[in-house]
Formats: sequence, C-alpha cells, structure tokens
Amino acid sequence: MGLLSKKDAALITDPFADNNPITIQVLGICSALAITAELKASIVMAISVLFVLGVGNVVISLMRNIIPSKIRIIVQLIVVATLVIIVDQVLKAFAYELSKTLGAFIGLIITNCIIMGRFEAFALANGPWRSFLDGIGNAVGYGVILIIVAFFRELLGSGTLLGFPVLGDPIEKTGLYSTGYENNGFMLLAPMALIVVGIIIWIQRSRNEALIEEN
Amino acid sequence: MSKRTDSNLYTMLFAIGMVLVVGTILAFLASSLKPTIDENKRIEKQQNILYAMGVNENDESSAIFVSKDKVGEEFFKYITEQLVLVVENGKVVQQQNREEYMAENNNQEPYLIDVKKQQTAAKEGKKRKLPLFVGEKDGKTFYIAPIRGKGLWDAVWGYVGMDANMVVQGAYFDHKGETAGLGANIKLRFFMDDFIGEHLKKEGDFKGITISKSNNDPKNIDKTDNEVDAIAGATITGDGVSAMIKSELRKYVSFFNTLKTN
Repeated sequence: MGLLSKKDAALITDPFADNNPITIQVLGICSALAITAELKASIVMAISVLFVLGVGNVVISLMRNIIPSKIRIIVQLIVVATLVIIVDQVLKAFAYELSKTLGAFIGLIITNCIIMGRFEAFALANGPWRSFLDGIGNAVGYGVILIIVAFFRELLGSGTLLGFPVLGDPIEKTGLYSTGYENNGFMLLAPMALIVVGIIIWIQRSRNEALIEEN
Repeated sequence: MSKRTDSNLYTMLFAIGMVLVVGTILAFLASSLKPTIDENKRIEKQQNILYAMGVNENDESSAIFVSKDKVGEEFFKYITEQLVLVVENGKVVQQQNREEYMAENNNQEPYLIDVKKQQTAAKEGKKRKLPLFVGEKDGKTFYIAPIRGKGLWDAVWGYVGMDANMVVQGAYFDHKGETAGLGANIKLRFFMDDFIGEHLKKEGDFKGITISKSNNDPKNIDKTDNEVDAIAGATITGDGVSAMIKSELRKYVSFFNTLKTN
C-alpha cells in the first residue's frame, strides 16, 4: 500500500468523475458561468479554489469538535472569508501583477458553494488528512470542468486560446476566417456556459452506467 | 444527548473568541502589509502614466510596462512637469506646477492625487484638483490625463496621453472587476491601440471618443470620426469608457485652448 489507502484514493478520484461537484452535485455553477469566457481566468480560478478548499477543509476539520452546531455555517463562512482575505492581501503585497489578474475572482471564491458544501458535508465529520484529500479532489474535479468549458468558449467565441489567436485573424480574414468562418459571440455569454456544462453532463451520464437512472 | 457545544453560553463565547482571533489576525496582516501594497500601487501609477505616452516595453501583441526597478528613474526622465488644475464649478480657477503643489501638500507628488476622492469633492461642490502630466519624448510633448468612471460591475479608469491638439497619442485602461473575456479586454492592446491617433475634437469643439457598436470602420482607418470599435459582449463597459473619456477629458479643454494661443 502506498501513500494513500484505497478509501483515501477514492476521495481524490471520486469527485473527478462519478461524483463531480459541477456535473453531478451541481455545485459551483455560478462561477462556472461567470468566468469561463477565458481559459486563463478559469485556470487561475481553479488553482485558487484548490488552495482555499484544501486549506479550508483542514481548518474546519481541526475545529470540527469545538464548533457549536448552531452557528456552524457562520463559522464556515468566516473561515473561507479569512483565508480569501489573507490570500488577497499577500498577493497584493508580494505578487502585485498576479493579484491584478486574479482581481475579482479571489472575492468570488467566498461565494463558491463547493467550498461551503464540502465543509458542511465532509470536513465537519472527518479528520484533517481525509478532509484535505477531499478538498483537493473536489477542487480538481471542479477545475477540470471549468477548464473544459473555458476551452470551448474561448476557442469558439474569440478564436483564441490563452489569448493566442489559433484560428487566424478575424479582421484581416486570415487562417480559418478566410473560408467565411466567424466567431460565435454568443459563446462568450453566460447562457452558453450552461449549455456546454449541460452537454458535458449528457456525455458523462450516457457513458457512465453508474449514473444512469432507472425510469 | 446534548453535547457541551450546544449550550448557548458556549456558542456565545465561541463566537466572541472567533471574532477576536480572526479580527486580530486580519488587522495585523493588513497593517503590516499596507506599506508594501501602497508602494506597489505607486509604482503602478508611474507605469500607467508612462504607458500612456508610449514609454513601455510592449512586444508584438501584449502590453508590457517599464520594469519595476527602472520605472522611478524613467518617470522623472520623461515626465518633465506635473501640473495641477484647480477646478471650481466647472471652471479652472488656478493652475499649479509641481513645486507649488508639493509645497502646499506635504511634499506629495501630484501624480499621487486620488482621482476618486477628487471626483467626490467636486460632487460635494468643493474644488477639484485635476492632475495633468507633461511628458517629453523624441522632441514631442505629451499631455497625460487620468480618467475614472464606471464600468459594468465596478470602477474603470485609465490614462490618456494627448498632443496639444487633443489627438490621442496613447491610452491605458484598467478596471476593477469587469467580466473576464469581455469587459476585461479594455486593458488589452487591440482595444487600447485603437485610440492612438484618434481625435478628441471635431472641427475645433470637444467631442470625445465613442466606443461604437455601429462603427463602419472596424479597422479604424478613419481617425477623425471620434469613434473606435466596441468589444462584442461588453456594451456597458464600453459605454462606461466612452462616458469617462467625455466627461473627464472635457475638463481639460480650456487648458488645451490656452496652449494654442501660446
């Protein structure tokens, strides 16, 4: 047996597929719609959530026996908010350029329901190591969907990937654009993110037997 | 079975304790990092101002500022004067140069004037200080003005570099929280570069530059149409940029008119 027991390994791999936070639990949809117009922003958001969820789960797990149940949601909120503010301030002081790019996303993390969802559903009932793995697993599961959605939205909406033009120049009509292809501006709007997420759910459900429900 | 942590007293004490601990951590962090953060902001202002007069390290496609360690030196090399126009009820009542301003304001440099605070002061009917930076590069004189307005979600701002006839020589825009991939693109080269060469005046009168969706000139060949091409999907941000250009730069028109007669 390596570093992780089978049960522990499942904590990381489950959210990746069978129990994906976005496509199965349908958590964190708000940010999946808001920031996936651009691949870069999505990657940044995925990394930020990875950090906050990993650390936050551990903190909540360590505090799980002393948190009064009546105010546990508020306590969870304070833990997320504190972590986010610490990250924001430290970045502003030591990585100013990066903090400019992250800008609004850092604040958005507080409202990400995946984080509260994992605190409430997992960290409050499990030890720190397992909570940490659960946090990492869910953040990766979330990040993967975010990056897939952003890949298609940026490619079809702006004709770029990570800001680099990959389909030619739409104004000068070079590359693919010389054939009459046009960017689909609709891809940049939030409704199309929902449709892309929907398509991912459809593909995932049709291929994974465990997820097919009996009628 | 009721647990110890369920009692009201415990809950209250826990809440108070948590607030104290978290409050202390954050207050300590914020006050110890503030000088570093302020310094970063000061450097950024210098970089932005230089960018608007074309002093930057742009490569083919992306906007790159003069590097952090060089910017202090470059700033005072290129920016030869920092004027402050004092405006009351829409009229310039006083013009100060850098020395005069600094003598009056605890040696604070005019480029550190907080545009947002000045806008609020003007709204309350007080005097507003309008900074204008004069730069010299390759024998040309640039006039750089800071502007600030509202985008879709939050503030948008920028610096516009002009020549004596109010023809744009360079522009830098930034935003606090516009939508990634849409409104946030105002700080990308393809958008900012469109402003270079655009006229802010039309037949001698100030007209501003409109971010236009019905622009018949997407390649931006006509520089005297007072329009640049909008970003698809970022209508409100674009309108915000048009509005701040119009309302903020209009305040400098009387200054530019005095330049012509000299």
